[in-house]
Amino acid sequence: MHFEYNVIEGDFANAGKASSEIKKTMKQLNIDSQKIKRMVVAVYEAEVNAIAHAYGGNIYVDIDSEKISVIIKDTGPGINDIELAMQQGYSTASAKVREMGFGAGMGLPNIKNNVDHLDIKSEIGVGTEIKMVVNFT
Amino acid sequence: MRIKEIAQFIDAKVLTCPEKIEGEVKYGFASDLMSDVLTLREDEVMLITGLCNLQTIRTAEMADISVILLVRDKKPNEEMIELAIDNNLIILQTKHSMFRTVGILYKNGLNPVY
Repeated sequence: MHFEYNVIEGDFANAGKASSEIKKTMKQLNIDSQKIKRMVVAVYEAEVNAIAHAYGGNIYVDIDSEKISVIIKDTGPGINDIELAMQQGYSTASAKVREMGFGAGMGLPNIKNNVDHLDIKSEIGVGTEIKMVVNFT
Repeated sequence: MRIKEIAQFIDAKVLTCPEKIEGEVKYGFASDLMSDVLTLREDEVMLITGLCNLQTIRTAEMADISVILLVRDKKPNEEMIELAIDNNLIILQTKHSMFRTVGILYKNGLNPVY
């Protein structure tokens, strides 16, 4: 099963729409509720990141009998120091993002805690690609 | 604790899904930081918050939270109400401050997550 979604820069009103669709699909497939929660929390955090920090991007979702894999690929400034960005409390978020209830430097660590596999590739001035996998077994 | 009882303790209005207030929640978690809410693994949590925007509803949706309690008389807009109804989410609204709300509910036996 393959799905794609679009993320638009600064479109906070729609932040979470893709995560919501993914959640509905996983529910229809009768996937364990804790695994659904882990995946959609991670996707939601990543979706907020793409809207807040990048110039928009795409979300690619693949589901098979063993796992769900989500790739969020954005066009954007890239992450200067991934190790630093992974540290809890480190944030470059704007005031607007903080008003939304995010921007405390918890997103990437939270993503890491929820998924079974995380891979972040980033190039300065080009963009960031985050791959997240949750295994069903 | 029954949601109906919670609403009575803090004199809250039920803004969405009134048919579900006979249900229960086990824990209360108070935060305006949605990333903090998204770290919770527990189910049957009520979110107590002063943050009143679409992300409050989305966060509850992703975290499997079925009750949001808005403090300080924060008023959700139409879009928030619709999204909450779509997701079978109860929104309660109280005039009390976060501190007073949490104090009353804790004293009456609502469990903290941590």
